[in-house]
Amino acid sequence: MDKLHKIIEKINVNERIDINEGLKLFRQADFLTLASLANRKRFYYHPDKIVTYVVDRNINYTNICASGCRFCAFFVTHDMGQGYIISKQDLFDKIQETLRLGGTQILLQGGMHPHLDLDYYIDLLTYIKENFDIHIHGFSPPEIDFIAKKSSLSIEKTLSILKKAGLSSIPGGGAEILCDEIRQKVSPNKCSSEEWLEVMRQAHMQGMRSSATMMFGHIEKDFHIFEHMDKLRNLQDETHGFTAFIPWTFQPDNTKILVNKKTAVEYLRVLAMSRLFFDNIDNIQASWVTQGDKIAQTALFFGANDMGSTMIEENVVASAGVDFMLSKEEVTRLITKAGFEPCQRDCYYNLL
Amino acid sequence: MDISFIDKRLEGIYSKVLNKSRLSKEDGIYIYETHDLIGLGQVANHVRRSLHGNKAFYIYNQHLNYTNVCKNRCRFCAYARDRKEKGAYTWSIEEIEKRLLERIDEPVNELHIVGGLNEDLSFDYFIDLLKTVKKVRPNATIKAFTSVEIDYLSTLAGLSIEQTIQQLKQAGLEMMPGGGAEILNSRIHKELFPRKIGHERWLEIVKAVHKAGIKTNATMLYGHIETIEERVDHLITLRQLQDETHGFSAFIPLAFHSENTKLAHIPPTTAVDDLKNVAAARLLLDNFDHIKAYWVMIGEKLAQVALSFGADDLDGTIIEERITHMAGAKSAKGLTKEQMEEMITKAGFEPVERDSFYNSINSS
Ligand code: SF4
Ligand code: SF4
Repeated sequence: MDKLHKIIEKINVNERIDINEGLKLFRQADFLTLASLANRKRFYYHPDKIVTYVVDRNINYTNICASGCRFCAFFVTHDMGQGYIISKQDLFDKIQETLRLGGTQILLQGGMHPHLDLDYYIDLLTYIKENFDIHIHGFSPPEIDFIAKKSSLSIEKTLSILKKAGLSSIPGGGAEILCDEIRQKVSPNKCSSEEWLEVMRQAHMQGMRSSATMMFGHIEKDFHIFEHMDKLRNLQDETHGFTAFIPWTFQPDNTKILVNKKTAVEYLRVLAMSRLFFDNIDNIQASWVTQGDKIAQTALFFGANDMGSTMIEENVVASAGVDFMLSKEEVTRLITKAGFEPCQRDCYYNLL
Repeated sequence: MDISFIDKRLEGIYSKVLNKSRLSKEDGIYIYETHDLIGLGQVANHVRRSLHGNKAFYIYNQHLNYTNVCKNRCRFCAYARDRKEKGAYTWSIEEIEKRLLERIDEPVNELHIVGGLNEDLSFDYFIDLLKTVKKVRPNATIKAFTSVEIDYLSTLAGLSIEQTIQQLKQAGLEMMPGGGAEILNSRIHKELFPRKIGHERWLEIVKAVHKAGIKTNATMLYGHIETIEERVDHLITLRQLQDETHGFSAFIPLAFHSENTKLAHIPPTTAVDDLKNVAAARLLLDNFDHIKAYWVMIGEKLAQVALSFGADDLDGTIIEERITHMAGAKSAKGLTKEQMEEMITKAGFEPVERDSFYNSINSS
């Protein structure tokens, strides 16, 4: 108890807490104590009562994936026959619609398709940039790593080629839990945690910003959550390239991992801890896709200052039995009703 | 406990709570107005914990909605039908027996029985209904009929309220739910449910029920056209009656679901409003033992969070809920006992399975 008090004292004077302190607080502190600490921290970093959101669209260019992660309900293998690679026409229509609806960016992600090579990705980016003035937030580190390996190029080179072709920033997906003992069990064919971090390091060094995510609630233990956050925090000290941290819970339906979904309180506790742990990442994003509108709104009092994206084409999560949908009107209503001022932002968290 | 409020005005409310002095109407209004949701939650949680410690209750119950035919047709109701309308139904006594028998192997401790005001049913039907339930499930408590139904049953029987209650009690009625109060206010009454009994009558009946030694719950339907002041007045009215009768067991804030009603243009309540209603109830209703977070209405995720905002009870392991789901509720249609216990444990509380009167059940 005494020690808990010391940790809270540290937080109150804005000192950094380490893994052990974070873990202790997470394990022992009362739910609303965490909330109140995270809430005050949120106002320390963002004194204005603004909650941001981005209008964008998630475009999955292919659902064929060689990786076969055990937690993934989205992918199909090449021989299953239900695979697709997005057509140019579809891509065009989707982006056009995004712009029409006030969108500012697309989130371009897909599986690790065994037959796609670097030229495909260059062509994809070039095609978009030739036709539209839109921000491309695309290719999570496992995809970049996959493309690099497939093309026998360094990460550095691969990134600079993609950047030249039109890639502006990198989503933080595919991080899951950045501990190899976990990754080996849930996503053995995906890049290692060091490789994931290396992609981000290189991207940040080339001036591309990125988000960071964490998918928890599968087979990890609580200390893995803190190891994960610690690795991100260390890299952030080095590069300052992360714009936001987005924790979300594993959605077990239709996957090969049989666990109960994490409950709302468990999600909010992790969210609050992330606000307390990251003294060097500005924004914490609520995940309405996995939590629904009610908990996403509640999350605004547990450290989150951003509601994420309002448009949905979230195939990866939708395949796992989540079907929350939120329009821009609904997101702004939720923010307003919570006593905050809604504000649309771009990928860099500039207010629009 | 020290609470560092973001909204300093909550300090006054907190010190009143610590001194055990009653909150005023202005305090109540402020509770709804503050944006310091966590500070408010901490005050409500303080009260909740001093009453119930780490316990969070739930009950293994079964709902029986014997008919959806209702002559009242309140504007906010998605459940009721006219007699000949598509989807109208009325269960015969045999059907009710069948439904009870279908789940006879489950450890059901309470039957929650409510329905519409169906002009085809006679008073005898209700007596039969209660007796049948008692016969099939002798050990479960019968919690049945809102004041609205009691009022109607007394006209059916041609008896006074007191006599009606006596007859129902003899047939097996042991407790009453708290529905039908909506917002105790004549403006709302006129606009939303003009054919249903008004608030004076509602209170009169509840008083008579309490006098007859039957406990009831109390509810408030919020999130439609009511003002914050009307909510606070509603809570204070209940508090006054409770001072007089001590017959209320739990209070249940009910979030309005507009889908399929005549008020479909009204957007759903948001989490902040739902949590504030739980906290406001916990703080204003200082003479009520229990505040329920009704997961059917606000979703199981938020109900779990509400346990730290003043609620101590998650209500039932209801398997088949009709009324709210007709109005588009997105919560699961039933939670199992295991799911209920997991929700409570993961929220940091100790699950206690209870009977209708909050005695713990040591299930083995
Ligand atoms: S999570 Fe990504 S990499 Fe893993 S199988 Fe699914 S699509 Fe492939
Ligand atoms: S709320 Fe009750 S009284 Fe009103 S129409 Fe519906 S069932 Fe009938």
